[in-house]
Order: sequence, then structure tokens, then C-alpha cells
Amino acid sequence: MYKEYIPERDRDKEPVLEVKGLGIDFGGLTAVDNFNLTLGKTEIAALIGPNGAGKTTVFNMLTKVYEPTRGDIIFDGKSTAGMKTVDVNKAGMARTFQNIRLFEKLTVEENIKVALHHSTKYKLWDAMLHTPKYTRVERQIHEEAIEFLKIFGMEKTADYRAGSLPYGAQRRLEIMRALATKPKLLLLDEPAAGMNPSETTDLMRTIRDIRDRFEICVLLIEHDMHLVMGICEGIAVLNYGRTIAKGPPEEIQKDPKVIEAYLGKQKDKEEPGKGGDK
Amino acid sequence: MGRKRKIKPPASPKKLLQGAVKGSEYKKEAFIAYTILIVGYGLLQLGAGIGLIGHNLQGQFVPICVYVSLAISLNLVVGISGELSLGHAGFMAVGAFSGIIVARMLEAYISIDSVRLVISMIFGAIIAALAGLLIGIPILGLRGDYLAIVTLAFGEIVRNIMNVLYFGLDDSGLRFAFNRMIDLEDNSQRIITGAIGATGIQQTATFTAGLFLALFTLFIVLNIKNSKHGRAIMAVRDNRIAGESIGIDVKKYKLTAFVISAGLAGMAGALFAQNYSTLAPIKFNFNTSVLILVFVVLGGIGNIWGGMIAAALLTILPEALRQFADYRMLTYAIVLVIVMIVTYNPTIKTNMSMRIEKVTSRIKIKKKQTEKGVA
Ligand SMILES: Nc1ncnc2c1ncn2[C@@H]1O[C@H](COP(=O)(O)OP(=O)(O)OP(=O)(O)O)[C@@H](O)[C@H]1O
Ligand SMILES: [Mg+2]
Repeated sequence: MYKEYIPERDRDKEPVLEVKGLGIDFGGLTAVDNFNLTLGKTEIAALIGPNGAGKTTVFNMLTKVYEPTRGDIIFDGKSTAGMKTVDVNKAGMARTFQNIRLFEKLTVEENIKVALHHSTKYKLWDAMLHTPKYTRVERQIHEEAIEFLKIFGMEKTADYRAGSLPYGAQRRLEIMRALATKPKLLLLDEPAAGMNPSETTDLMRTIRDIRDRFEICVLLIEHDMHLVMGICEGIAVLNYGRTIAKGPPEEIQKDPKVIEAYLGKQKDKEEPGKGGDK
Repeated sequence: MGRKRKIKPPASPKKLLQGAVKGSEYKKEAFIAYTILIVGYGLLQLGAGIGLIGHNLQGQFVPICVYVSLAISLNLVVGISGELSLGHAGFMAVGAFSGIIVARMLEAYISIDSVRLVISMIFGAIIAALAGLLIGIPILGLRGDYLAIVTLAFGEIVRNIMNVLYFGLDDSGLRFAFNRMIDLEDNSQRIITGAIGATGIQQTATFTAGLFLALFTLFIVLNIKNSKHGRAIMAVRDNRIAGESIGIDVKKYKLTAFVISAGLAGMAGALFAQNYSTLAPIKFNFNTSVLILVFVVLGGIGNIWGGMIAAALLTILPEALRQFADYRMLTYAIVLVIVMIVTYNPTIKTNMSMRIEKVTSRIKIKKKQTEKGVA
């Protein structure tokens, strides 16, 4: 968020992400404009806004699925200019997708193992001949994959096809897969979408636990205000591609511009429940 | 991993598994595929030994092995990597002709047939893999079905080049010419003569060599499938963007699959060539590429042993059907339709896999019992 909104514990450290004047045009349409963001090393932050505000587009620019038209992205002290999606991940940024993108025909465990690709250290030669080195490394990787699955208590699903899991489990698997690449910044695009309230509560706890255990920064897009206000330390609000507010949850909840653009729809409801149509 | 706090698992595992399906099992797949090869080899040898299998069909033994291994290697590209390749016969041709040339050159130095055969197969594999690398590099970074178009063209180009290629061997060594006859000295031999193809080939290929080719191909493809490289290849097949998002270099792994597949096809081609005394380039036309693709599709794309069975059956069938004379092609077509229905019908498929499961579990139990008996 703004420098002053970064949680106190992160202030004397270099921010993990600094975005300045980021923008993208699709033909004549400016989808995102003048987007600025600073994230502390162990912060949990949210990007919110009505449907079509440009939130996913920001993620796509950060991970270079889209090349930004304007602006700078400094990730972990280095500019990501000229990097491709693959390089950004290798630099330490991992993400999930709004519409789940798993390797559906692979098993749950294999999905994690693909993410552990760069920690799986053997050569094509070892793979072709199944050398002792292959056997040793594969055993390590299997154990590591199971450790990741345990975070969500999914180790029993290891041998099942990813595409055949229920929706909520697929979302959790996608988070585990991103986490298995050992990122410094984890981007979650609507992680609670399609989950029931009790699953969402579990998810909130797990996100916080992930941050504590791996000491990473989590930036999430979410329409569920209960989740956002519950775990996020900083929030940025987008509307029509422009940032209309930034700050800690208490301030955002009170901000008249935000209420008008986004929370206003839920003002009459007692409890801030699920927002948006998705 | 700073503060050590146990993260509690939220959902009960039982709930998670409702409606979920078990994934691929490499051990089972490998067991079935290797069994098919060894049992198939045993049955055909036995049939030939007791005179049940006629001379014509015995002549098909090496081609059967070659087509089985071509079906395996093409499955690496079509099934595992998810790219359409229409030029497998082209790689086969590259391997065949480079293999023949090497075998011929070695005749003076190595007298053992099988050693020459193996060296020529390795050489054929290397040259075909290089050809695969050459056409794979510019194409496999692109999205879309460009590979199908380019491999189709590649197959045709290879065949047309072979048509005007002349190789000969004389005292001054290997002689080569393009689009014209070579004037050779007296004590010389022609190896490749344009559209006539290779002549005077030493027929060193044997059924056992064929078995080893198929075993080797299967070994490599299954090993790759069950490795970090195979997982990366299948991951970008299932979802390219997700693969990139976790740091998988799409082009690199598509290329890996393609080049290995091309090399294995070249190896098969080299064995195939040395089963005949003459071999014309026309053997490696587009129809052959399509035929290999038909094996893969009929066997169920990505199902390695399915492709193997389809390859063996469709190579044996035309020979076996000779006695039906006029009805031969009709029967062939009917069999194709039946195989298609069987491999793509979900109920039959699950039924079949259940039976296989039963058999394998029974074998496992027996194994355990015998182990106990020994102990
Ligand atoms: N590839 C593209 N080409 C053209 N327009 C695009 C493209 N991607 C996004 N847009 C446009 O950019 C705007 C922002 O879309 P985006 O998906 O980022 O919204 P969002 O905030 O994630 O919304 P939601 O809450 O519905 O997920 C939309 O108007 C969308 O149509
Ligand atoms: Mg979105």
C-alpha cells in the first residue's frame, strides 16, 4: 500500500513489490491507469473493486501474461521489464487464476510436483534411464509434495486426478501449487469464489498461516468482504481501472468513495457478506 | 520457515474425495505394456515354431515391431505432449537411409551383423533427432497447429530429397551426388540410387532385434513420462498459461518431447530398412505417417499400450486377411470401426480396465504368497 500503510514490522525492510504508474490499453480502452502499489515483505493485502474494475488485469500485468503499456514494476528490488511469465515466476512471484487452471489430467500430487520442477534436480539423462539419482530425487520430491498438500489437509487426495476434485479442493490445490514454487509474493485471484462460509473461514486461517510459516507477502483479489476485512492489513480499491482509495481496512470501510463505488451496494445489509455477482 | 505453528487441515478428507477419480498409474501402465511386448513376442515365436504362422506373416515380424515402436514414439508427441505431428514417416526415412549408409560403410570393418545393426540404429536415431531439432526450434514456440502443417511438409520434402539423392562407396570412400548419377570406379557399390532407393542392403534385422527396439522405445517413453520432464510436458499440454505461471518453459519441453520422438522414429527406421534388400523412398510417404497416426488414435490418444496393440493388429491383419481375397479391404474396414467403438466407448473401457485390475491384483497376491513360501 502507501509506504505509511505497510505494517510496522516490514517498514525498515525493502518492499517486496513497488508498482509505479502502471497502465494498459486494449485497443482504445484503458483497462487500468496510473496504478501504484507498495507491498511489505510479510504483508497480507487486498485488491478490491466492482466487476470489470481491472483487478485481474493488474495480476496479468504483474505476471506478464499481459505486457503493460505504461509504468514500472520493481519486484524484489529488480525491474521486471523485459521478463516473461516464466521469468517472473522464477524471480519469486506465483499466482492462482480466477477461473481455475489446473493440470486436470495429472494427479493432485503431480500438480504439486510440476511446481517443484526447479527444485527437482536431475537431468534428462537421469529421467530417460531412471538412474539411482532419479530415484533418490523423486523420493525427496514426493515427500516434499506431500508436505505441501498437508497444509490444506489434502494429502489423502494425492493420487486422484486434479480435474475430478470438487471445486473448493481445486481452488486449494491451485494455491498449494503456486506456493510450491517457493514465491516471495503470492497472488490469489478470488481464492474464496465458490466456497461456502465455513470453507471461507478455514481459508482465511490458512492464508494467515501460510504467511506466518513461509514469511511471504500475499496479495489477493476478493469479493468476499468478510474475508478481506478479516485478514488484510492494507487494501487498494479499483474502479474503472483507477485507484479510488487505499489504506487499512478500518479506513476503507469508512471511505465515502468506496462506499459509493462498491460497498454502497451492501450498506443496507447488516452483515457485509459476499459482494459482486461472482 | 519462521514461527513454527502447525497448520490445521480444514476439510475432512472423505468429503474431499466425493466423486474424485484415481489418476494415472505408471506402474500399471508399464506392467501392461511390457507384458504385451513379451507375451506377443513369445506367442509369435511359438506360432512360427510349430508351423501355425505362415511364411508371409513371418515376413511381417520385423515390421510389426517397427510399427509398434513407432506408435509408442509418436504417442510421446501426440498423446503426452498434445501436438499433432504428420511427419513421423519422414523421421523414419531419415533414420532408415542414414542407417543404411553407416551399415554399408562399416561392412569392411565390423563382421558381426548385430553390432553393425546396433551402431546403424544409434546413428539413424541421432540424425533423425537432429532433423527433429532443426524443424522443432522455429515451430514449437508458436501457438496453434503449426506443427501439423510443418511436419506434413517435412515428410514430403524428405521423400522428395531422397528421390534425387545418390550415394556410392568406392576406394576413395563415400561418394555423394545430388540429382545425378555418380560415376563410380569399377570396384564400387551403389548404396542409394535416387527414386530406386537403397539397394543391396544386408538384411541384418531380426525379430529379436525388433523386440529390443520396441522394448527400448517403451523404456525411454515410459521413463520420460514418469519424470520431471514428462510432468512438465503434460502440464503445458493441459494448461499452457498455468505451466508458464509456475516457471515451466513451454518451448523447451515441447521440443524435448518432439526431438526424442523423432530420434526413436529414426532408430525404428534404421531397423526397418535392414529388413529388406531394397528400399524405395516411396515407402515413407504421407500414407505411412497417417497410418502411424491411425495406430495412436485407434489405441486411444495417450494410451501407450492401446497404440501398440492397434499397430500390431493393423500390421498383421492385411496379411492374415489374404485368404478372404475380395473381402479383405471390407473386413479391414469393419475391424477398424469395431476397434474405434471399443476404445472410445466409456462403459467398455471401464469394464476392460476393471478386468485388468482384477488380473493384476491376483498376480500381486500370488507374488506375495510365493514370497512368503520362499521365506
Ligand atoms: N485481453 C483483453 N482484451 C480486451 N479487454 C480486456 C482484456 N482483458 C481485460 N479486458 C477488460 O479490462 C477490464 C477489466 O477486466 P478485469 O478482468 O481485470 O476485471 P476484474 O476487476 O478482474 O473483474 P471481475 O471482478 O469480474 O473479475 C474489463 O472491461 C475487461 O473487459
Ligand atoms: Mg477478475
